Parts: sequence; structure tokens; C-alpha cells
Amino acid sequence: MHANFLDPYQEGTSPVHRLDARIKLILVIAFILTSALTPAGAWPIFTLLLSLVLSAELLSDLGIVFFMKRALLALPFVLAALPLLVTVDGVVLLALPLGLSITQQGLERFISISLRSWISVQAAVLLASTTTFPEILHAMRALGLPRLMVAIIGLMWRYLFVMVDEVLRMLRARTARSGESEFSGHRAGGTIFWRSQVAGGMAGSLFLRSLERSDRIYHAMLARGYDGEIRSLPQPGLRPVDWLVLFIVLLLLLSLLVLSRILWG
Amino acid sequence: MSCVVEIRDLSFTYPDGHKALDHITLDLAHGEKVALVGPNGAGKSTLLLHLNGILPRQTGEIRVSGLDVSGKNLGRVRALVGLVFQSPDDQLFSPTVFDDVAYGPIYQGLPAEEVRQRVQEALERVKMSEYSSRVSHHLSVGEKKRIAIATVLSMKPAVLVLDEPTAGLDPRARRTLIELLRELPITMIVASHDLPMVRELLPRTVVMDQGRIVADGPTATILSDPDLLARHGLEQ
Amino acid sequence: MLYSPAPMHIPDGFLSIPVAIILWILSIALIAIAFRRVSSDLGEREVPVMGVLAAAIFAGQMLNFSVTGGTSGHLLGAALATILLGPWASILVLTCVVGIQALIFQDGGLVVLGANIFNMAIVGSFVAYAVVRLFQRLSGGRRWGIIGGSFAAGWASIFIAALACALELALSGTSPANIAVPAMGGIHALIGIGEGLITLGAVTLVLAARPDLLKSGQEHARATVWVWVTGGLITLVLAVLSPLASSHPDGLEWVAEQAGFLEKAREPGLSIIPDYTFPGISNEAVATILAGIVGSLLVLAVALLVAYSRRRKST
Repeated sequence: MHANFLDPYQEGTSPVHRLDARIKLILVIAFILTSALTPAGAWPIFTLLLSLVLSAELLSDLGIVFFMKRALLALPFVLAALPLLVTVDGVVLLALPLGLSITQQGLERFISISLRSWISVQAAVLLASTTTFPEILHAMRALGLPRLMVAIIGLMWRYLFVMVDEVLRMLRARTARSGESEFSGHRAGGTIFWRSQVAGGMAGSLFLRSLERSDRIYHAMLARGYDGEIRSLPQPGLRPVDWLVLFIVLLLLLSLLVLSRILWG
Repeated sequence: MSCVVEIRDLSFTYPDGHKALDHITLDLAHGEKVALVGPNGAGKSTLLLHLNGILPRQTGEIRVSGLDVSGKNLGRVRALVGLVFQSPDDQLFSPTVFDDVAYGPIYQGLPAEEVRQRVQEALERVKMSEYSSRVSHHLSVGEKKRIAIATVLSMKPAVLVLDEPTAGLDPRARRTLIELLRELPITMIVASHDLPMVRELLPRTVVMDQGRIVADGPTATILSDPDLLARHGLEQ
Repeated sequence: MLYSPAPMHIPDGFLSIPVAIILWILSIALIAIAFRRVSSDLGEREVPVMGVLAAAIFAGQMLNFSVTGGTSGHLLGAALATILLGPWASILVLTCVVGIQALIFQDGGLVVLGANIFNMAIVGSFVAYAVVRLFQRLSGGRRWGIIGGSFAAGWASIFIAALACALELALSGTSPANIAVPAMGGIHALIGIGEGLITLGAVTLVLAARPDLLKSGQEHARATVWVWVTGGLITLVLAVLSPLASSHPDGLEWVAEQAGFLEKAREPGLSIIPDYTFPGISNEAVATILAGIVGSLLVLAVALLVAYSRRRKST
């Protein structure tokens, strides 16, 4: 009953796993930016971006199915863009009842937004599943995130699993006592208000216990010489191959972006 | 139907492939007090979590008071099985002791008067009546443990299931708890590493190791078999 | 996912770059102020307290209670964190939570992370703080002020953050304001009730167990008058602007178009060869087919490479 299932990192020794985390982080952000800046309707560019991320997924050895499943996560939000189908003026493709109609321009914008979010999520999944969290932390520090922030996030990650375990145990203890009476006349479950107060009580206990835990952690840190200053070992330099990958992929993304802007801007 | 709990051929494998239960067959008669011992990872907690269907049964059969533990019976079974978790903090999530002990009865939809009465009875059973309006957060571990037991007694369960009841208690709190359990006239199954407590309190002992029941018999016999105990990492 | 309580984490692709950048700048500025405030409040204890509580809020978002017909109420936590820690610490804690959700769990995008931090961490905390202060003033510090305030703060933090989210989508031209605002607002007016109730339950427990925490939360917050003024203003502006925007979607559309023009205005720098078309790809369909072929070849090449290197490894 441990929350390890939460960690999205998948073991591996593929080239994608071995690429320096700093490079991966930069490239994933550059990739998502490129897809965001690609104009609606630039299908060839979207196709190329998709094949780029698919290639990286293949290289990662984790199997395309794995990525497709994870990438479904952003799907519900597509609902928010659905109205575009009928609200953008343009060439009518399909007339609907109530005087609504799907336009070509609306469809183009809708599909472009869905595509952008789909390929962006895949890139983010790729980063999280091939990079361990400590590597991501190092990368964040290398890219200029304040040390204090990185230290907080690092501590958060360490205790995340402890806390999630705690929540799961509480939920389990609640389930264990959520029984029905032997007399069929009583409706089980209590009122919504009461149920919400029970959940709230759990949140409150969790908060109090975390606060006490943070005190203990602070004392343990002091006992080992912590003085408020965050120190860390210098990071190893980048290998030539890391620089090469960075350079080539950035160049590729930049040329795709320029091309898309020229031809579809 | 003389058995409160009947388990036939129960096996369970965790999603990561770890086989936690391997063909478990076990009966508990009315009023019996049984110890479940074995090294960490033997499958004791997994077995306990099956008793009220928190872990879904994969293969085999479990019945509690004649009810199959699954599907539409789960609601009834959860009221019949009083599961007390190892850490009382997980069990006490309400602002006051009263609210926590009242959880089960309120969930069952009992009328307010009966809820109050059951809470009072349960607190008397664990000798904590005057704690009703106290805040659980401030209690000692021993007190929390007793309240945790009261939170399931208020459901009037047919069987009391305890996971490591004496873990983390000081000698006096441990003594109080043992006396308390001795006086409860109810079927119970207790998973524990505390063999002296087992010897004192529970007439029957079941030894588990690697998901299997490797011994089952009178506590006196089992605890006086040094070979058996050593084989399963239970030296006294 | 277990921990995703409300459809409020915007994924990448749904916000235009200008909107995303502006919200990044706003968020970074406010996070910087929050860091200064919290550091001077907590000193060296900042790292353990903020880290552990961020983990707790993350885990707390899994707490639920069944409402009806399979739906359940969840906790987002901005109001709870604000009531118990004050607005600045709450901003930091929720920034970490929202950041980790995006980076590790793909709950919300990376380029739009600034916007998600702005909505959930900053708007959520400021609004909750304004509401709590309002109830405190009205009740003169009596118990009903804390109880009512925590429910209202929970509800308002969700509702107003959802309005901010809807307006951002509308500004980006992703979702028309006259649909996004009532839809997001409506859904979250309901979801907010769950948030308000859980916040209320949590505050009740803390009030019973550690009333001193609530008091200290109020004290060190007194110095930051402008926070609740800002929070109040955000609440008012969003509450007024949203219906206005949704009844006059053209207005917002116009703003979006202006933003679009701005983007276009910068473009001549890029379009060195504006009307030039590559020979053979003059036609968009041909270009699409070509891109499809090149893409497939790329993927195929990588697949072959992987298969080849695997076979080499196994022999």
C-alpha cells in the first residue's frame, strides 16, 4: 500500500534516459513553445513536430502505447475549445440545428489547439518518465531557479510519498468503518454535510501532523549543521554529445517555427 | 453456522506481482481469540484487509457471519468487522473523541439517540467515558489506541480485528490494553509481534510466512516449539 | 487521476503565448515578494515547513467525500493554506504543488504553468485572504466569523480562480467568453461548495486541536493590508468583468485580436520572403503530404535504429 505508483519515472538505459536532464528540460520547453507558436492550420509542421516527439518516444524504449495512455490526460480539457467549432465565422461545413453551423475555420482552430496540447503533453510525459526527480531538481537549479525554491521542492518530493501514504491509510480507515446497519430501515451514508466534515477533519489532521513533522525535520536538519544556507555539489559538465543534441534539436525547432510562420503566418 | 469468519483457499497477488497470500484457509469460531504471527511481509496485514473487502478478493472465498465478502454485502460486512489499524492517527480524523466514535453509527444511519448511546457504551468498554469531548490530537498513544478500539466497538461488530495493538505503547499502556482486550466478550483476531501478549491473551495461534499459513494450533504448543519459531524468524 | 479535483489545470496549447508570458511575469513577481515575506517570517525553518506542507496539500487533494451519483467533492487547498499559514506562505506552497503537478504528472502544461500558478496559487490565496479578513471584520473575531469565513473563502477561491481561467482562455481565443465564463463559473460554483465544506471541516478540527495556530495566522497577516485589498480588488474585478465579458464577447474578442495584431506586427522580421512559395510546395496539400512522408520516414528510421541496436545488444 505504498504510493510509489505515483512516481512516473520508468527505469531505462536508452539514449533518451542518458541525455543530460538540463538539455532535456530545455528541449521539452522549446518544443512546447514551438508548437504553441505554430499557427493554426500549419498541418505539415504539426505532423513534423508529432513525428519528432514520436521518434524520441521510440528511442526511449518505453513503447508508444505507454505514452499514448499517459497523453490522454489532457483530453478532458479539449471540451473548453469545443465551442470554437460553431463560434468562429467562416466557410460553413456542416449546418446544425438551432441555427448553429460548423465552419472550416472553426474546425481548423479546434483541431490545431487539440493537436498542440496532445503533442505538448507527450513531450512532458517523455521528460517525466525518462528523468529521475533528483536529475530534474539539478536541472532546475542549473537553469536558474532560486536555490530556496529548489530546496523546498526537493523536500516536498521526499515527503510527498509519506503524505500520500498517510492519506491512503486514513481513507482506508474510513472505508473500514463505513458499514450498513443490520436493520434495513436505515439509510447508510449520513448527510453530505457530515461527510464533508469528516473529509475536512482528515485534511485538518493531515495539516497538523505535517506541521509537527516539519518541526522534527527542522531539528534533524539543525542537528546535521543546517544554517539556512542551501549548499550543493557542483554539477558535472555537459558531454559533447549533449551539446550536439541541444544544438541540432534547437536548430530544427527554430527552422520549423520560421517555416511555419512564413508559409502559414 | 458456527463460524464467524470462514476463509477458503484465498490467494492474492499485488499489482507489482508480489504474491502476498497463497491459498489461505482459516476458520474462526464464535468467541475465539486468535493470534496471527509471522515476520514482516508474511501477509498478515494483507489478510486482515481482506476481511472487510478493502482489498478485493481475487481467488478463493471469504465469509463473515455467513455473508460473502463482496459486492452488495460489503456495507453489512464493514459493520460486522471491526478493523483497528496499527496507527491510531489514521483512525482518528475527527475534531473530538465523540465524533470519531460516532462515525460508524452515523454512517449506518442510526437515529441520534442510539448513536449517543452506542458511543457511551463503546467508551465505557475501553474505560474512556470522560474523554468524550476531548480532542483526539492531544491524547497519548495509549489513549488514542483505546479510542481507536472504541470507534469500531460502537458499530457492534461480530469480530474485532486488530493490527499490532501493542506497537509503540509504554509498559503501563500495554498492560491496560491487554486487560481491556481480555475483558471484551467478542471474537477477535490479532496480528502481532508481541509474543508475550499472545501467550497471555490469545489461546489459539496461526503462524504465517511468505503468504502461507505454516502452523495453526494452541498458543502454548506453538510458542514452545523453538524450531518452528526460529524457522519463521520468531525467536523469543 | 486521483489528485485532480477540478478541471482547472490548463494544458499546453490552450493559451496564446502573449497571455502565457504576461501571467508568467505576474506570477514570478508575486512569488518573489512571497519569498521575501516568508523568509523574514520563518527564517531557516522556511524550507522544512514549506516543503512538508506542500507535500501535505498535494496529498490532501486526494481527500474526497462522495456527493451523489458517483461524483465527489475534493480539496484544492488554497483557502485552507491561506487561513492556516497566511497568504504569502500559501502562495509558495501552492506554487510548489501546481509546479510539481505540471512537471511530473502533466496535470497542466509547462509553458502555461505561469497561468496555472497565477490562477490557483495567487488568485486563490489572495481571494481567500480577502474573504477571511472581511468575515473577521464583520464578526469582530467571533467564532461564526471563522466558520463562515472558511466556507466562503474556500468557495470564493475556487469560483474566482475559475473565472480567471475562463477569461484567460477567452483572451487567448481558445474559448469564447460567452461560453467559457458561464460554463467554468457554473461548474466551479458547484465544485467550490465542496471546497468550502472541506475547508470548513479542516478549520473546525484545527480550531478544536490547535486554536493558537489560527490566532498566529491572523496576527502576522495584519501587516499586509494591501494583500487583502488586492485580493478584494481581484475578486471584484473578476466578478464584474466576467459577466461583462460574457455578455459582450466581442469586446474580449477585440482584445484578443489586438494581441493577435501585436504578434503579427512583429512578424515582418520573420517573413523575409512573404509571398515566396517553395517550388513544389506551393500548394498546402502537397506540403502536408510531404511533411507526412518526411515524418513517417523519421519515425521509421528511429524505429529501425532501435530495433537494430537491440539486436546487437542481445547477440
